[in-house]
Amino acid sequence: MTLRIGVLAYQGGVYEHEYMLRRAFTELGVNGDVVLVKKPNQLREIDGVIIPGGESTTIGRLAERFGVLDLLRDLIKEGLPAFGTCAGAIMMAKKVRDSVVGEVQQPVLGVMDVEIVRNYYGRQRDSFEIDLSIPTLGEEPFRGVFIRAPAIVKLWNDAEPLAKLEGVTVLARQKNMLASTFHPELSGDTRLHKLFIEELVKK
Amino acid sequence: MNMRPYSSTNVRLYSVGFDRIIDFFYRLAEVADELKSEGLWFHYGPEALPERLSVPHKGTLRVKYGFPIYQKGGVCMDVTNVEQAQIAEDAGAVSVMVLDKLPYDVRVAGGVARMADVKVIEEVMSNVTIPVMAKVRIGHYMEAKVLETIGVDMIDESEVLTPADEKHHINKWEFKVPFVNGARELGEALRRISEGASMIRTKGEAGTGNVAEAVKHMKLIMNEIFALRTLSPEVRMRKAREYGVPYELVDLTARLGRLPVVNFAAGGIATPADAALMMWLGADGVFVGSGIFKSKDPRNRAEAIVLATSMWDDPETVVEAQKMISEAKSMMGIDIRRLKPEELLQVRGV
Repeated sequence: MTLRIGVLAYQGGVYEHEYMLRRAFTELGVNGDVVLVKKPNQLREIDGVIIPGGESTTIGRLAERFGVLDLLRDLIKEGLPAFGTCAGAIMMAKKVRDSVVGEVQQPVLGVMDVEIVRNYYGRQRDSFEIDLSIPTLGEEPFRGVFIRAPAIVKLWNDAEPLAKLEGVTVLARQKNMLASTFHPELSGDTRLHKLFIEELVKK
Repeated sequence: MNMRPYSSTNVRLYSVGFDRIIDFFYRLAEVADELKSEGLWFHYGPEALPERLSVPHKGTLRVKYGFPIYQKGGVCMDVTNVEQAQIAEDAGAVSVMVLDKLPYDVRVAGGVARMADVKVIEEVMSNVTIPVMAKVRIGHYMEAKVLETIGVDMIDESEVLTPADEKHHINKWEFKVPFVNGARELGEALRRISEGASMIRTKGEAGTGNVAEAVKHMKLIMNEIFALRTLSPEVRMRKAREYGVPYELVDLTARLGRLPVVNFAAGGIATPADAALMMWLGADGVFVGSGIFKSKDPRNRAEAIVLATSMWDDPETVVEAQKMISEAKSMMGIDIRRLKPEELLQVRGV
């Protein structure tokens, strides 16, 4: 059986995730395929979904227009494994605000019990990289690339932080949902993609 | 979705990972550093990074080359004030480019075109959540320093403004903020990359509402890369000398089958179909200049162009986008053949 993982493909780091997923499939010896999702019917044929980085306002508006947003929300609530990175994490959060303009009105999935602040660290000049300690992945640090990154400032119910940096959460999990505020697809390190496949999708 | 792209290979899916490309640029700089230690070279490349990063490192190559990745599939719109920037954001633009005058008005006004008003740029930055870019004159190191200091997210070293240096571009390695540069052909694109540009766009012919030049430049770059793939190392070496760039960069481009950085289309895009056409040709995304705010239906047009750019491979959606605008409201446009040679912007800074 082929494992099919969708990447929401309207805009952003779509092909970077496809590349990492294909590498992860090979390393795990999994027979897998990647589906670039733009239309609702494609959501019915996937075993898991990655919501990539990009501009959350752009991705949200396009997903809403094609009816992908509502269906995806229902499917994730029903248990479809989902991994949101950066803008994808913003899309998944139940509460979103911006560090400069404050409360924002933008179409989101709103499925994960976390509060997220957009542009938390500031502008592009404040974008950075650092080696993160992610206990779930073992001793070896994980290179976190933060580009105009958001931060998870609050978690409730069974949403749990998997990694923290300077007092805020940068990687969180809740049941079938995984959210990172950094870009694992830029690190060359497939461990998070493998964790998503092994522990969320294959279960 | 049943559109086959112009190129027979998928130019958007890289055959090596992003981190390998970053390593490549650091290694290229190491060679330069070795030469420097022998007194033969000055520092021209990225600063080396330590093996382990225990504190945040800003402005690294991963961060500079990573930023444009999150613009892909999107539309960056030229704006001149906060109101236009908000219209762009509402329409789903991935970023805005702040200018003093739209390229069309630059043509009409004549005179010296410079960087936009710093106060206007700051005002836009505090009113939208999407990234804000701004243009500097070719070779104008100080305008770029000003924009870096106020916190612009990306700098466009642009031929639309009057060049400040007729012979040199800015040494972009010295900046923490990423740069985008225009190019008409592969040699030009690779020269800009070897000067430290994190992103390339076609030059097209800005402010004309005529997409023909952008098409020409995108096809030329794609075809030149395609031709490189079949050349032997000796010939690639000669090409590198001809282009005036390191051989390794030519070789990497040939192996990837695409530019090693994000490549957008720009210059004359005025309708949703124009944007979809550029995506079909292999652009990673588009810049729209005068096309939106020189039309009579900017709100609808902005939204329609965003839609067509993302969904270029779905003709039905492009139809839907095209229906959202009216051809009668498109900017009038300029026939490029009627421009005098000195009126062409694309020949500036090669």
